[in-house]
Amino acid sequence: MNELLLVEDLTKYFPIESTILDRVRGRRILDVHAVDAVTFDLHRNETLGLVGESGSGKTTLGRTILMLERPTSGKIVFDGQEISDLRGSELRKIRREMQIVFQNPVSSLDPRMRVKDIVTEPLRAFRDFDRKSADEAVHRVLEAVKLPEDSLTKFAHEFSGGQKQRIAVARALVLNPKFIVLDEPTSALDSSIQAQILNLLRALQDEYKLSYLFITHNINIVKFTSDRIAVMYMGKLVEVGETKDVLEHPLHPYTLALIVSVPRLDPDKKVETPPLHGEMSSMINPPAGCRFNPRCPYAQEICMTKEPELREVVTGHFSACHFAEKLFEVSPTTE
Amino acid sequence: MNMPEVLLDVQNLVVKYKTKMREIRALDRVNLAVEARQIVAIVGESGCGKSTLGLSIIGLLPMPPALVESGQIIFQGRDLLRVKEAEMAMFRGTGISMVFQEPMSSLDPVFTVGGQLREAIGVREKRNTRRSYGPFARVAPEDIHGVTGGAMRMFGFRLPRSRPKEVLSDEVVQALKKVQIADPETVLGKYPHELSGGIAQRVMIARALIERPSLLIADEPTSALDVTTQAEVLKLMRALRDEVGTSIIFVTHDLAVAAQVAEVVAVMYAGEIVELAETREIFRKTSHPYSEGLIGSFPEKYKDQGMLETIPGDVPDLRSQIIGCKFNPRCKYAFDRCMVEHPDLIEAEAGHKVACFLRSPR
Repeated sequence: MNELLLVEDLTKYFPIESTILDRVRGRRILDVHAVDAVTFDLHRNETLGLVGESGSGKTTLGRTILMLERPTSGKIVFDGQEISDLRGSELRKIRREMQIVFQNPVSSLDPRMRVKDIVTEPLRAFRDFDRKSADEAVHRVLEAVKLPEDSLTKFAHEFSGGQKQRIAVARALVLNPKFIVLDEPTSALDSSIQAQILNLLRALQDEYKLSYLFITHNINIVKFTSDRIAVMYMGKLVEVGETKDVLEHPLHPYTLALIVSVPRLDPDKKVETPPLHGEMSSMINPPAGCRFNPRCPYAQEICMTKEPELREVVTGHFSACHFAEKLFEVSPTTE
Repeated sequence: MNMPEVLLDVQNLVVKYKTKMREIRALDRVNLAVEARQIVAIVGESGCGKSTLGLSIIGLLPMPPALVESGQIIFQGRDLLRVKEAEMAMFRGTGISMVFQEPMSSLDPVFTVGGQLREAIGVREKRNTRRSYGPFARVAPEDIHGVTGGAMRMFGFRLPRSRPKEVLSDEVVQALKKVQIADPETVLGKYPHELSGGIAQRVMIARALIERPSLLIADEPTSALDVTTQAEVLKLMRALRDEVGTSIIFVTHDLAVAAQVAEVVAVMYAGEIVELAETREIFRKTSHPYSEGLIGSFPEKYKDQGMLETIPGDVPDLRSQIIGCKFNPRCKYAFDRCMVEHPDLIEAEAGHKVACFLRSPR
């Protein structure tokens, strides 16, 4: 079996707080549709890049897959086992296999703990802790993330941003997980350091046979890190496919807009302003039909009424656009 | 051929941050000239002094702890480091304006967008019209609304100019339209917290449009924005230059953004400019090992095309004293001379300045 993770119709709504008075008055209780009927799979030893603008629900999706948020509905199958209705100790067992690295290492590392304690803590949490094997494990991961030996007794604040992120990666690795959610792991870093961390993550993936869900808003980063890309817009996946296919033959107008607006290093290839109208609509009352229709330059009548399904347009390349075939024909090659 | 007009000339600027404990050299002998109608990008990583440079030009350095040790900043014939604060205040806004990374923290939360932009018009007009008295006092045509009758003027009276709000709002609406805000009339009445990041940054640029500064310092104006919005803001920056004739100093950590927007790029490292040339030159004939490393570490290839090049080591802490070239601990070409001697920024080729011994004639 090649699939590590299977997500089916995963939905997460956050209710907007309402007072008792609101309910008595019979006001409708509103939800923020953070993740809405998302379906995808992740193969073993694969990186799936999840791209989207801020507020599109990428982080919520990552957290829900890890069961850090309870899904409103839908199914998460991890390593052949359905985890979306697990609770308590059952869930804990699965958690060993899945880890997360957050965006900002300054806030995700406890300032009062020494590096050794930070990295040992996951082992302690799973009571998998005899001092000798724990020490060995800690040394092993610190070496893997290329932190010097003497960092064990230091505090997190004594390190630079890049090294802090290495500590966070070491902490995620120490339990030997199969799957790591990387939530914008390099956004807070300088560009010369970002390259170091991206290379490190790639090397670790090969060494430990890891699967990554790589969440980022930066198309260049997914291009370098990911085997496949999933593009998210307003809580929905609008396009999924092999990295090269998606970047060179985007089948959704939103993906196309993202790609043309990414600045290139070449001063002669100026970015185009995407032909998008306005800004992302409200996640509380998503527009009827296709959620992208208020901004879409190609929107037709059907887009206002019928919500497009994510469907396979070309082998292995999915798009949620009524006119994906047309986009494929005109195929605006972006390279 | 006429010589390009130099609008801003920063010469040998040295800025330190001084505390009781220690002294940090944030800017070290920085030389930078900005011509009229030119966009200059300053690229560098955190702590390289790029924001300090922007703040020194507009005179907003927090002093103390900051201390300008030496140098000159010549703007429109005046040395900004030596003018009085009152005069400096007159330069700010209409002479030199600034757009910050976080639009939300530079807009005032208790006034509406319209109110804040109308204020900008007021400031501009007050500075443009000199107070003049007598029956033949000159009145700027745009000033006509609020001026009191001739008899009153004869005796030197001028009631506070108060153009009707609608007239001012008209200009504000025009400015908001120029920055591609779809429904300016609604945005006008909104408070900053009701705006999205992209709209708020556009409002900040609209303010700059209204003030018509000759120099705009944009400090990471797109870093907090989504990529589609960033593309629009970059386009607006170029439009601002083309239409108003504003020169722009564009501070960014992103080389690709610099490549998109600027005519001249200055790469900064540890408080110094290490390479300075026209944008094309920088990317075609990259000369400084640091610029080369930055370009190599930019993720622009697919996963199966191998690893990224990296610059080893960490962004330098300005507290540590590095002898010789400041980049030497991270440079793969470093040789003995780099450890002892400091390379100056010199013209290696026509119009291409580099601070590296590899490129300088012996």
